[in-house]
Amino acid sequence: MATLRDIKRKIGAVHKTQQITKAMNMVAAAKLRGAQGRMEQFRPYATAFSQMLSSIAGRVEPEAHPFFIQAPLVEKIELVLLTADRGLCGSFNMNLINTADKFIKQKQADGLEVSLTCVGRKGRDFFRRRKANIRTGYVDMWNRYDFNDAIAVAREAVAPFTNGEVQEVYLIYSEFVNMAIQRPRLVQLLPVSPAVAEEEGPTQEYLCEPPEAQFLDYLLPRYINVMVYHGFLENSTSEHAARMTAMDNATSNCKEMVQQLTLVMNKARQAAITKELMDIIGGAEALKG
Amino acid sequence: MAEKNLLLEVITPERKVVSEEVDIVVAPGVEGQFGVLVNHIPFLSALDTGEMYYRKGGQVQYLFVSGGFAEVTGQKVTVLADSAERGHEIDVERARRARERAERRLAMGRTAEIDWARAEAALRRSITRMKVAGR
Repeated sequence: MATLRDIKRKIGAVHKTQQITKAMNMVAAAKLRGAQGRMEQFRPYATAFSQMLSSIAGRVEPEAHPFFIQAPLVEKIELVLLTADRGLCGSFNMNLINTADKFIKQKQADGLEVSLTCVGRKGRDFFRRRKANIRTGYVDMWNRYDFNDAIAVAREAVAPFTNGEVQEVYLIYSEFVNMAIQRPRLVQLLPVSPAVAEEEGPTQEYLCEPPEAQFLDYLLPRYINVMVYHGFLENSTSEHAARMTAMDNATSNCKEMVQQLTLVMNKARQAAITKELMDIIGGAEALKG
Repeated sequence: MAEKNLLLEVITPERKVVSEEVDIVVAPGVEGQFGVLVNHIPFLSALDTGEMYYRKGGQVQYLFVSGGFAEVTGQKVTVLADSAERGHEIDVERARRARERAERRLAMGRTAEIDWARAEAALRRSITRMKVAGR
């Protein structure tokens, strides 16, 4: 049986842990607000951009740009995987990694070669341990990232497609559904499926400069950047939400544990007092006799 | 005077830089600079790295824009740029450093085609930034 002092020490330790998880919860909450603000800021751009894309893409041939063209024979593909740099956020990273792992296994079963671009330490480390083919890895990006970082990642992912090394490019990120749900999401970046572009909107007839076909040279690479940046935003928002929830659970678990331990401690103390009393009474009885 | 205002919106992925009613907008299209007044026909243009400005009353405001598009409808100009900054927002010191870095890279000679193009673009951006900041 644990002594009174052991239990007291344990309570102290759990209490300290609780303070830490609580602090992490609040930090995550603050960061989450920031991340949500950025998503809010991005929305006008995204909306205007997709409108522009659909109004242009609706008026060009499907073969108008190399980004639209599906290679007849797919041998190698590239997967861009976004994860967090740090843990302590529940199953967030594992969900993403599992999704990626399943995807890779499935593609490999089809006889394809898969190379990886990992953004985030957790994903990179996991696949490096597994000796997967990692083309590029980015770590420590999540603390401070902007659109230019998304451009850099997109550029690296697009380059092998452009020079014919890979025939398809995919992106996995975590979609922020709400505070409780963050769902891994797989999207195809390249080739750009014409269906994405052909979303019907209020199509406006524009005078276009340069003409549509060349205009795509400007539009499509940027479309990839926008997709990647969108993934970045969703992913980091999800990460903070996941960490907040995980730390909230941890804090309440700590609280519960402190309660239980206090109960055990009180019992132990009571037992000790009773034992001492018995001793004293026993001694007194013995003297009497 | 009837409704004759032109709404200008300059949006980057990170924020809305400008949202104002203006008299005229002049922007750097890839095929040359163009100006837009109210009731312009619907027009779509890719933008070059450069300086754009708009006039409102007698006031002229300058902006740095890089990489993007302008969408013009009769009453509205929407500029979607990779980056856009008002003159006073530009970090001149950072632009100067970027310029030196780009110049060093270019001085090393033509090693890889892509890096060359990137350094050149960076140089143009930094020079344009400094120019706009000086307005």
